[in-house]
Amino acid sequence: MTPFWITFLALPALFLDAAGSATRIMSLHAVDFVIIVIYFAMVLGIGFYLKKYTKSGEDFFLAGREMTAWVAGLSFVSANLGTLELMGWAGNAYQYGIMAAHWYWVGAIPAMLFLGIVMMPFYYISKTHSVPGYLELRYGRATSGLSAISFAVMTILMSGVNMFAMALVLKVMLGWNIHLSIWASSLTVGVYVALGGLFSAIFNEVVQFFLIWFGAMLIPILGLIETGGWSGMVERIHRNFPGQDFTHLWRPMAHFADNPMGVHWVGIVFGLGAVLSMGYWTTDFLVVQRVIAAKDVRAAKLAPVIGSFFKMAVPFFVILPGLLALAVLPFHLVPASAMQPGQHSYDEVLPLMLARYCGPGLLGLGITALIAGFMSGMAGNVSAFATVWTYDIYRPFIRKTAPDSHYLAMGRWCTIIGLLISIGAAYIVTHFGSLMDYVQALFSFFIAPLFGTVLLGMIWKRTTGAGGFWGLLAGTVSSVAMFTLVELDPTKKSLVALSPLAKPLALDMWRALWSGLICVVVTVVVSLLTEPRPEAQLVGLVYGATDLPSEGDLPLLKRPIFWAGVSFALFLVLQWIFW
Amino acid sequence: MEKTPAKAGMLPVWFFIGVIHLIYGVLIFITGLYELSHPVDTVLANLHAPIWWGAFIGVVGAIYVWRFRPGR
Repeated sequence: MTPFWITFLALPALFLDAAGSATRIMSLHAVDFVIIVIYFAMVLGIGFYLKKYTKSGEDFFLAGREMTAWVAGLSFVSANLGTLELMGWAGNAYQYGIMAAHWYWVGAIPAMLFLGIVMMPFYYISKTHSVPGYLELRYGRATSGLSAISFAVMTILMSGVNMFAMALVLKVMLGWNIHLSIWASSLTVGVYVALGGLFSAIFNEVVQFFLIWFGAMLIPILGLIETGGWSGMVERIHRNFPGQDFTHLWRPMAHFADNPMGVHWVGIVFGLGAVLSMGYWTTDFLVVQRVIAAKDVRAAKLAPVIGSFFKMAVPFFVILPGLLALAVLPFHLVPASAMQPGQHSYDEVLPLMLARYCGPGLLGLGITALIAGFMSGMAGNVSAFATVWTYDIYRPFIRKTAPDSHYLAMGRWCTIIGLLISIGAAYIVTHFGSLMDYVQALFSFFIAPLFGTVLLGMIWKRTTGAGGFWGLLAGTVSSVAMFTLVELDPTKKSLVALSPLAKPLALDMWRALWSGLICVVVTVVVSLLTEPRPEAQLVGLVYGATDLPSEGDLPLLKRPIFWAGVSFALFLVLQWIFW
Repeated sequence: MEKTPAKAGMLPVWFFIGVIHLIYGVLIFITGLYELSHPVDTVLANLHAPIWWGAFIGVVGAIYVWRFRPGR
């Protein structure tokens, strides 16, 4: 008779479906299932443990504002280590080469440091609970409402993308049923976030951060051993893909036609570095919420700086496996839209490399790392959605006065409801060749104009409520219009991206640049035509009207600005090494 | 790394990290030992990655459990 624990370990077999089992690329063993079950037990256990500490709205939505710089910093990075990071960018690295690392370096580090040093003091000193909350203080309810609603929509869609991607990867890798994967993972996230709120989300994100690193780092280590180091890998890539440059960051960017992405360095520097990434890292409440939960201004400034060091290292276990796959895989991957039976898509590169090097135990850890990445992204979306819905939509527009316990209950309920809507969104996300392209398109709709609005509000006292509202609206509408134009007539992409060779990611960067500029121009013009607010009302919200706390009495090694300088210097060194 | 639980009496997150990595490290290490006599069919299996990677994860986990254990 089979012992009961063997039967228990075989339970995931119930998740198998016939179609999945025919295409799966790896099989798990008992120890792998044990590792995955322990992970689910741990995240749920943390949720139940933290419920007793989550007694007020501030506990649930802002983790009591008691997070240290390290916890807030790691959670800040981990909330972004979702599906996009682990699967999408490894696939993009296979497709575009090391140029995909731009999204981690020029597309992240300057923006994270800018958030920490320039913008965080205002988010923190203003005592806002969210980015739309800051907009309400600075511009009024109309701009805040517009931002809150667009954020809520984007967050739910993003969460749906996360769910779909996770279910897809579990189906492809393990043959698990796609519907059961969606429901099991999302309900787990729903339970632990609804119980412990942001406390629970942040705690689990930090745990997930470590799991992702330990689970994924072995692939590049073993890959570089197999290829004989970096130079051996480059030599093999040249042999497998003659005439193509996959291993230089900036060199192939002088002309659109010189690189597989079809992008010019101007688009990367200004579209990605100056607008898209600034918008994402400084105004996307999903990540900013983790830093707002810090215990004091110094911790809030230091958290993104700490996060920047880890973010800089992420390409070594996300981008590098994509490059190693170009060198060692005996077959070529193809776009998902062109996949034939027996072929694999770009987005499968990470699981393929995992299966190549990892046997029982390590495979379970790697799968757990992927699931942890998916769940941390999903939890980030859900907790941010709960806060924005409750504090920026429900409280100002639906029920203005209620006891704190009412808003706490609302936060718990809308966590579950938000997840159910996300599940619906997951079933819609099916017809884009690359998941990243889809999500980048969403970013550029909302995030790039929002950055223009928030930044002008923080640095220019003359910006008015009307200017902020019309600028944000014009930027968002123009971005959606450009996207629609190119969808309807692909030949028009040369109007947006200045080249007919532009690939979707390049198009997104240019669209972000134009929509950000339109937002800024409209905001400035309307502000100059309308009455400014008295300076007394701008204290704590705008440079020049706010006394920022001095760090002059702190030792050098405790100053956020010092570590920001170190981080930026490292960033420049990486650009030089991989130029 | 600061050892500051968010609320009085709350276990620090680092303790949970230690527990899960200690368990994972032991499981993977034992699997690696088993594979010495039952080799698996992966590239570079001769390097016995589960043994040294499992040991590394387990040691990191044990350090965190010890450093952030309840009541310390």
